[in-house]
Amino acid sequence: MAVPAVVQQPPSLQVLATFRRFVRWLTSARVVLSLIMLALMFVMVVVPLYQLVATTLTWGPTDIPQHPDAVEGEFTIFHYIRMLTGRLGQIYTYAPLQHSMTVAIGSTLLALLIGGALAWLVVRTDMPGRKLVNQLAVIPYIMPSWTLAQAWVVFFKNRFSGGTPGVFEFLVGQAPPDWLSYGPVPIIICSALHYYTFFFLFVSAALMSVDSSLEEAGDLMGASRWRILRKITFPLVVPAVLSGVIMTFSKVMGTFGGPNILGSPVRYYVLATMLRGSLGIGDKADAFVLAIVLILMAVTTISLNQRIIGTRRSYETIGGRGFMAQLSKLGKMKRALLIAVIIFQILVIAVPLGLLIYSSLMLIDGNYSFGNLTLQHWIGARGTNYNHGEPGVLLNPKIYTTAWNSIRLSLSTAFFTAFLGIILGYAIVKGRGTRLSKLVEQLAYIPYVIPGIAFGAVYIAMFARKLGPLPPLYGTFALLVIVSVAKHLPYSSRSGVSAMMQVGRELEEAAMVAGANAWQRFRRIIFPLTTSGFTSGFLLTFITTMRELSLIILLVTPATQLLASQTMFYTENGDGQMANIVILILIAIVVIGNFVIGKFSRGGSLKKGLGF
Amino acid sequence: MATTITIKNLTKRFGNVVAVDNVSLTIEPGAFLTLLGPSGCGKTTLLRCVAGLEDPDGGEIYIGDELVFSHPKGISLPPGQRDLGLVFQNYALWPHMKVDKNITFALEIQKMSKEEMQKRVKESLAEVKMEGYEDRYPREMSGGQQQRIALARMLAYRPKVFLMDEPLSNLDARLRMDMRAELKRLHHVSGATTVYVTHDQVEALTMSSDIAVMKEGVLQQLDTPERIYRYPANLFVADFIGNPKVNLLDGVMDGSSCVDLGKFKIPVNTQPTTASGQVVVAVRPEDITVSTKPVPGAVEFSAYSVLPSGADSTIIAHLNDMELTVKVMGISKIKMDDKIWLKLDPAMLNLYDKESGNLIAS
Repeated sequence: MAVPAVVQQPPSLQVLATFRRFVRWLTSARVVLSLIMLALMFVMVVVPLYQLVATTLTWGPTDIPQHPDAVEGEFTIFHYIRMLTGRLGQIYTYAPLQHSMTVAIGSTLLALLIGGALAWLVVRTDMPGRKLVNQLAVIPYIMPSWTLAQAWVVFFKNRFSGGTPGVFEFLVGQAPPDWLSYGPVPIIICSALHYYTFFFLFVSAALMSVDSSLEEAGDLMGASRWRILRKITFPLVVPAVLSGVIMTFSKVMGTFGGPNILGSPVRYYVLATMLRGSLGIGDKADAFVLAIVLILMAVTTISLNQRIIGTRRSYETIGGRGFMAQLSKLGKMKRALLIAVIIFQILVIAVPLGLLIYSSLMLIDGNYSFGNLTLQHWIGARGTNYNHGEPGVLLNPKIYTTAWNSIRLSLSTAFFTAFLGIILGYAIVKGRGTRLSKLVEQLAYIPYVIPGIAFGAVYIAMFARKLGPLPPLYGTFALLVIVSVAKHLPYSSRSGVSAMMQVGRELEEAAMVAGANAWQRFRRIIFPLTTSGFTSGFLLTFITTMRELSLIILLVTPATQLLASQTMFYTENGDGQMANIVILILIAIVVIGNFVIGKFSRGGSLKKGLGF
Repeated sequence: MATTITIKNLTKRFGNVVAVDNVSLTIEPGAFLTLLGPSGCGKTTLLRCVAGLEDPDGGEIYIGDELVFSHPKGISLPPGQRDLGLVFQNYALWPHMKVDKNITFALEIQKMSKEEMQKRVKESLAEVKMEGYEDRYPREMSGGQQQRIALARMLAYRPKVFLMDEPLSNLDARLRMDMRAELKRLHHVSGATTVYVTHDQVEALTMSSDIAVMKEGVLQQLDTPERIYRYPANLFVADFIGNPKVNLLDGVMDGSSCVDLGKFKIPVNTQPTTASGQVVVAVRPEDITVSTKPVPGAVEFSAYSVLPSGADSTIIAHLNDMELTVKVMGISKIKMDDKIWLKLDPAMLNLYDKESGNLIAS
């Protein structure tokens, strides 16, 4: 027992000891990785955001001709005054903001109605064919978000936009009214039919995790069915509904595709389309003010959500322990409801695809006779009078380049997302409870609150010119990879954290005791144990990147064209049939990818990829 | 081969919680020291500090002559350089490696030759009686088998010090008995200094050469199992060790050589003094003799409950509100509510100061 006490060191050596402890802390694997990730995220997220704000607050080169007293690079609030006040403010900011809000609120409510009802039918009733309905319900979300908009145009377009008649006019003999062809109504309907999947998945997961014994307890106490629904079931589902509201609302706010196809022809601009429009006009700073408005909107919604639900993680679905729920008997309604659901699913899946295919087979747009059917747009020769002389899509080298761009962008994004996920997961999980870990986690969360198109704008702000050792990246393929990886950071860190949680800390400690250094531990223990869980994450990132448009629309150039942006350019160019073929190709790739996911992860994994 | 471990003034905090509070102790070469205490007492943290998996906030640790950790000097060797092996509570076998890879992992890092590694795998598997399991994945084995492989993994690289963190707590009672014997044998054969963490006092008493009892981060007593059992240093240790639990009776020194327990007095061999005269008498259930007839010096109780368990029986005896637990050999013939006469063995009593809880006489 006689252990001599520890000898205290003289002050000079105490300083040395503190220094040694600091070096030890600094060189530990988690701290090194945390610092690397912080640096990376600083460059990928913080600096671009700063640049965006800075650009709006300084005189730019395009301002000089009109403002002789302005000095380029000097501070000014001129852009805010121009964009937020007076007639210009009304045109550039407030009208689009109002349109964005209208569209976002409208499609959120409609999506809630559709998704909630479908979820209830599938989870809590005895409707026949629920399994099939369950599988089909997520298909609209797998397709690119503007697919329905493109199909809508084929069906409902009128000659208002100077084009050819749509299917509606062909069938009815009369052109549809403008409000049905273009503007808020079709945008709301098309967005809702895409995003109802959020509600469907969230609410059905919530309903599944609501123990029906809670409801039965109410039943036993003699409460009426409506009262049970209102007092017990509904409050339990509210967090899921709110999560869906937030996700749908902020997604629609930042969506470019649908509003561009259905709104822009009638000058119904939302923030996203106006942002691109004003970038095209040339004044970046003005456009960036719109991006900031968009970001503030998203931040407000998400913080409101946190205020209400009280947790930042609320956008996750409620953990689903499956309970045996007692199913509501639909009785006579059973068949009628099933038929209604089947019709609905045909309308949102089969009809749009059919329209796109049929339209791609018409030699001259708007002529619906069988004599007009052709494969010109698919395999036609170069130099005809059609499509500005471009050859059919399948013979078009440009399309192959574009498809290859899309595929390699998606592959690289998926790879880096998975890789950074492991690093982020390690840095966050091993440092749980430390400020460093919290900082890494919070920084990785930022891209979540920035709408896609605004994120693209942020990147223009940063990479249009030379930046330190970095060459100007605008127009390069690398920039597309960086922006896609950056936008996926929240997903990366979340899946990385959950993968790392699966690996008990003892497994790494056992390797430490055995003498393995950090690299050996990563290579032999951490990577092998985490990567297996990343297969489905990898494929999901592949799919989401594949059909991402809002994020990259501002950043693509002719050399770095992607399938998603190519359809948009064909549409804007008036080559509707070509646009439809390209989107069909895109859908085919995505559907194949999704099929592969199903093979690897037995379904359900789509939920994990939601939101990004 | 065997090594001393010296721990000086070791302190480890987690936020405001002091997990290890100024602990000093020496572990002799070849000792089997058990850190014993209830959950949350800091025993596992202390072990992890020795292993180098925690960074203590004060103190020093020597393994042999080597200073592996010193807070005042800012030194901390990484776990891999401390020449020790650790068996985890949940075994921590790497699930993606077969048994042989699990075992050779450390050897590969030491850049050992292929032949030598194969030899070591064979030897260490033989030592834990798991020959022929080289090609199994951990999930393809039972808990007991995984436990043995975890031991083999440690034995293969022949560390100077064995650390074990509740290695048997996940096994069923039967297997645990077998493994105790195996572990004790293993220690005997290897002679490596071993630090063993458990909350199971029977495990501690049966296997260790020394036991360190801890409570709330503070070392309560470091002694041989025999002395820990016979002379617990304070009421906490007395209460924690022993099954059934020790009887603790409040009493007052009456000035002569007796302790007044209220209902009756018992003679004691020594005459300690305390400030208040308030003492606690500790007597183990097996140090009380029972008779069914009055005997001189015995006190009449009634049998409140009788619990035979084969080799011995436990009798709960009541005298008004005083309760005594008594252990007798074999299956007792006493029936519930029988009158019984109990006699406390004065030679086996321990007296504690009621205020401080420390042992004052035995």
